[in-house]
Amino acid sequence: MSEPRRLRLLVGKVGLDGHDRGVKIVARAFRDAGFEVIYTGLHQSPEVVVETAIQEDVDAISLSILSGAHNYLFPRVLELLRERGASDVVVFGGGIIPEEDIPGLCAAGVLQIFTPGSSTTEIVTWVRDHVRPRAID
Amino acid sequence: MSRHDDPRPRRSCGPTGGSVERDVEFTTVSGLSIDRLYTRDDLGAGWNDAERLGEPGEFPFTRGIHPTMYRGRLWTMRQFAGFGTASATNRRFRYLLEQGQTGLSTAFDLPTLMGRDSDDDLARGEVGREGVAIDTLADMELLFERIPLDRVSTSMTINAPAAALFAMYLAVAERQGVAFAKLSGTLQNDILKEYIAQKEWIYPPRPSLRIITDLMAYAAEHVPRWNTISISGYHIREAGSTAVQELAFTLADGLAYVQAGIDAGLDVDVFARRLSFFFNSHNDFFEEIAKLRAARRMWAHFMRDRFAARDPRSWMLRFHTQTAGCSLTAQQPYNNIVRVTIQALAGVLGGTQSLHTDSFDEALALPSDDAVTIALRTQQILAEESGVVNTVDPLGGSYFVEALTDRIEREALEYIRRIDEMGGMVAAIERGFPQKEIADASYRYQREVDDGRKTIVGVNRYRATSESRPELLRIGPETEREQRSRLHEVKTSRDDAAVQSTLDRLARAGSSGANLLPPMLDAVRAYATVGEISRALVPVFGRYQETSVL
Repeated sequence: MSEPRRLRLLVGKVGLDGHDRGVKIVARAFRDAGFEVIYTGLHQSPEVVVETAIQEDVDAISLSILSGAHNYLFPRVLELLRERGASDVVVFGGGIIPEEDIPGLCAAGVLQIFTPGSSTTEIVTWVRDHVRPRAID
Repeated sequence: MSRHDDPRPRRSCGPTGGSVERDVEFTTVSGLSIDRLYTRDDLGAGWNDAERLGEPGEFPFTRGIHPTMYRGRLWTMRQFAGFGTASATNRRFRYLLEQGQTGLSTAFDLPTLMGRDSDDDLARGEVGREGVAIDTLADMELLFERIPLDRVSTSMTINAPAAALFAMYLAVAERQGVAFAKLSGTLQNDILKEYIAQKEWIYPPRPSLRIITDLMAYAAEHVPRWNTISISGYHIREAGSTAVQELAFTLADGLAYVQAGIDAGLDVDVFARRLSFFFNSHNDFFEEIAKLRAARRMWAHFMRDRFAARDPRSWMLRFHTQTAGCSLTAQQPYNNIVRVTIQALAGVLGGTQSLHTDSFDEALALPSDDAVTIALRTQQILAEESGVVNTVDPLGGSYFVEALTDRIEREALEYIRRIDEMGGMVAAIERGFPQKEIADASYRYQREVDDGRKTIVGVNRYRATSESRPELLRIGPETEREQRSRLHEVKTSRDDAAVQSTLDRLARAGSSGANLLPPMLDAVRAYATVGEISRALVPVFGRYQETSVL
């Protein structure tokens, strides 16, 4: 058996939200933890994020949303992944997301939401425990 | 290091009873190390009051821009508000005015900030969420309905499409029968900090500067009481900068605007006094006060010595302060009321002209009416109960505050020297310099929080097992539907040919170099949308693409 390859994570901003302090910290923490990180940059549409995720064969998509548009954007990304036959890509994220919205996002297929105050250690540990390299043909 | 610095830690055998220090880092929230004690010696041999401080109201304004400060007039209590539709925000505005607020401050939603309409594909899910949605003059009319524009001053936090929104405000004034010369207020209109920190842009930096100088020229002639730019450190700090970086990058942005105005042929003494600033006030009380005092002194020197401004009003750095949104915690949210109080007090002791106090629930959602009221009451308690307004610059002459003010000034000047060497702020932004410095600082700080070297009460220490949750403001999907259908109505009832011809004239002004404001005003009068106006100039100016710096 060969060594498991490094995790590939797409770290992104969807929608018009320009708050990129958190996403950059998380992206750096992932890189420091030894993951491969593809950062989308700002103002991406869900379509572009999903297209990039598929092109780059990532294992997970990590989205940061502080604009309040999470109830539209997360489900839209998951819907597009399903349409592209890539629903095994793990989707998780964080931002200013009220607690009462989290069950709905989880029901839509988001695996985890990190709210303000989460530490990078906590996020990295969660990724190690929950994201596995996808089988890619 | 001063002679008062003791080697640390000293906690084993040695003497006890007050001479042992705790084993922690004594640093500011930005990481500046602080000595045990400050004395006259920390100010240096050549330090003299006349040169470093001056009198309040006199060069270099370290002690404040007015001789009487808050004995003459309190700061303007200006709470930033905006959400949902124009009529919802209009109700909040009128509520705040009834509660004793003295100026308005408008938050726009993300699509508006990016110059996009509510029916734009990328606007899905964002309409009316982080601020009010404004597509056309029809929305702006509703936003200021029953608010007499000659009697309030209005601040508008808008940057990339600032000229279009300003034109809409002028058109509303026209309809209310208020002369432009009677309008007072502030446009944020600070595009450089968008590339650095807030990231809501349309065009690249250089054409964006041209729009700004057009606006400065137009306002100097027609709307003389309007503050045309609010040069903003706030967002730079929120993006994770240190206090020194906030100060340095903000003043460097200011230098770029002044230079652009002079290069466009404007008289520095005509436009410079309409520039104002906007700073963050974070938790580290003395660091913030020192930053604000240093800012005034530095700007006065730049304006007089670098740009040869002669009017003392051009030397004065006037500023708005907002408490630090990024310091608020979602955990134990009522603790934020205390944070905001400390930060607001720092802004006041730093000599602010106006103040926004954050609401305690802002790490959870947009503020509720109750939370906004407590935030405003915090200012009223500071102003009318605490007694801090009774004398000017009560901390002036404190060895510590003066030493810290000098140090922050020195470090900020060093940054500005490096930016000057690169060819100024636009060139520095193009090579990603401030962006990288901020990303590094913000990552460093997060590591310190994660490993416990910096404490955030309720987050990495003193956690609670169960917490009471405040009632939050919710904005449902109906806002977006409502706004889209309003836009549709406007679009179907206006004269499309008239709109098109005003947009064509705007694009021609873009290429010819004529001032953009008059054709923009015609376009908004014809009910052209923010998106249409913004797109009309894209063929001439291009669209900005960020090279992401991680």
